[in-house]
Amino acid sequence: MGFLFEIAWTHVSSRIRQTFIGVLGVATGVGFTIMMSGLMQGGQRDFIHTLIDNMPHITVTDERTSVEKQPAEEAYQAAQAANLVAVERRSGIKNPNQVVSSLRSWIPGAIAPSIKISAMINVAEQHVGVSLTGIDPQQEERVSKLAGEMRQGTIGDLYHAANAVLIGQTLATKLGVRVGSSVTLSTGEGVSVSGPVVGIFEFHVRDIDEGQIYAMTRTAQVLAARPTLINEMRVRLDDALAAREVASQIEAQTGYRSISWQEANSDLLSAFKIRDFIMMLVMGAMLLVSTFAIYSIISTITNEKRHDIAIMKSLGIREQWVQSIFIIESIIIGFVGVIGGSALGYFLTVSISQITYTNPFTGGKQPVPIYVTPTDYVAIGILSLFCCAVAALLPTWKATRVHPVDIIRGAS
Amino acid sequence: MSTVAVETVGLVKRVEGAVSATLVNGVDLKVTEGEFVAITGPSGSGKSSLLYLLGLLDAPTEGELIIHGQATSRLSDTQKAQLRLSTIGFVFQFHFLLPEFRAINNVMLPMRALGKLSSADMRDQGVALLKSLGLEEAINKLPNQLSGGQRQRVAIARALANDPQIIIADEPTGNLDSHATDQVFSILRDLARQHRTVIVVTHDLGLAARADRTIRIVDGRIAQSACDLTAAK
Ligand SMILES: Nc1ncnc2c1ncn2[C@@H]1O[C@H](COP(=O)(O)OP(=O)(O)O)[C@@H](O)[C@H]1O
Ligand SMILES: [Mg+2]
Repeated sequence: MGFLFEIAWTHVSSRIRQTFIGVLGVATGVGFTIMMSGLMQGGQRDFIHTLIDNMPHITVTDERTSVEKQPAEEAYQAAQAANLVAVERRSGIKNPNQVVSSLRSWIPGAIAPSIKISAMINVAEQHVGVSLTGIDPQQEERVSKLAGEMRQGTIGDLYHAANAVLIGQTLATKLGVRVGSSVTLSTGEGVSVSGPVVGIFEFHVRDIDEGQIYAMTRTAQVLAARPTLINEMRVRLDDALAAREVASQIEAQTGYRSISWQEANSDLLSAFKIRDFIMMLVMGAMLLVSTFAIYSIISTITNEKRHDIAIMKSLGIREQWVQSIFIIESIIIGFVGVIGGSALGYFLTVSISQITYTNPFTGGKQPVPIYVTPTDYVAIGILSLFCCAVAALLPTWKATRVHPVDIIRGAS
Repeated sequence: MSTVAVETVGLVKRVEGAVSATLVNGVDLKVTEGEFVAITGPSGSGKSSLLYLLGLLDAPTEGELIIHGQATSRLSDTQKAQLRLSTIGFVFQFHFLLPEFRAINNVMLPMRALGKLSSADMRDQGVALLKSLGLEEAINKLPNQLSGGQRQRVAIARALANDPQIIIADEPTGNLDSHATDQVFSILRDLARQHRTVIVVTHDLGLAARADRTIRIVDGRIAQSACDLTAAK
């Protein structure tokens, strides 16, 4: 019904001040909702990217998912063994090569076996406890970003000297070592080896840069005093989001506890859920405020237009049509508001992305992460248009239900 | 010979509430097609209330209104609206033009709601209608740029937009000077000659005398019906 739109348009365009206030209300709501949504998603994506980039997507550990039979049970066929000291079974993955190749056959991604042990790094008089990961340099590139985070040297340099190590930038600074410096590693097994630092990496993640070192598989096995030990397998998937599912499949197949990055960071991720929820509430409140603005403006317009409503009804224009005129007005105001709000939202997101801050996790300076997709603009726009239409329902319904005779009598 | 355009049977309008009153108290009336009926009576006697019932703007408490042979009491609101739109033109004492719309757009409004013509035809007809009412220079003016008489004639043009068979006017000249009053009455008179049914409330007995028939309403009832000239037609 073109003429309904025409009437609606005439009303809103001849009431510039009111229309402007309505548009402003919607635009503010939409603009800040876009900004909030951008911050929400930006923070989350940034964080998750950091996690996904720096962590294996899945870590298969040497912990069994079910308790194995104790040797005493096997030896004595006992129905129940009591008061025995359990034999420590977390002693590595059995038949690692077989496990790796069977997993490799179906996992959509890469898998690399490694050894993770605690060690002490000693330089001059300093002793620092670190986590040492024994790796195969060729396979490492496929499961971690280590190669890309090297500041000096390369992973391949591990081949060039016996017991060579890669250490983090922060630790290197702390210990005062450079590429070429010699360090001594020792473990609780009483083994100690010496070798040169052949590379320095920097992930911008404090825990890694300060407490993680890498060496050859061989070196780690020597330090663990277990020449064939493999106690973890790190998996990097083509689709990081599939980690949970793949991890449980690996567990089911191998019986080894497999931890997805989501599980490893479940505390942080659930904190994100709470944050999301609060932000959703805030966005909802902002949309509600703009909805109220529309409600009040449409109420005012319908109130001022009581005579027009009565006359249109008396001419024989159906109530629903008359009502739709004012709903259209609300949508027009909403539409202009959404356009303005999108521009405001764009401006806000661009401005915010210019601000830099010091990341508390990595200690590096970076722009405030903010991320908005065109879909978000469209979704928020449609949502606010919907809110505008809903906000108009009640006042327009009340106003157009009016009996024309009541108003005509009052006027003449 | 002459068919009945509007017929009422025991029409009653009562209002209940803080003040209860019987505004129309049993009106039986027959108006034939092409008849020009004037309704007179003291102020507050229920003339407007009767017209609202005849114009389907209000529903009677009791009784039946028959328009062109069709009983209206069972029609839905939408059906009544449609009947008003296509068959009845109502002119009020106050013009009730939409203030933001030019004369031509006010006149085209019922046409557009009915949606029977193309936009171009609507405009042509609207312009022709305004011209026939001597409003050539008012076509593109807003209501507040027009004189009282012009506004009332635009309101008449709007009432006539869909070429209604029945024209109902409630003191259409109440706010007009004598020249404008004369003009408006001539228009209504002409409409009746073109076989439209015209029912008009007026206080002006001189004008009422130009009608085919005058009905006097007192206390919501017909007090006297005189000068039935319909037979002449
Ligand atoms: N809703 C109502 N409640 C009570 N009284 C009303 C109502 N509407 C109209 N009246 C009264 O009914 C009487 C008839 O009104 P009306 O039909 O307008 O008379 P007229 O047009 O002949 O002057 C008037 O006295 C008016 O005040
Ligand atoms: Mg009256």
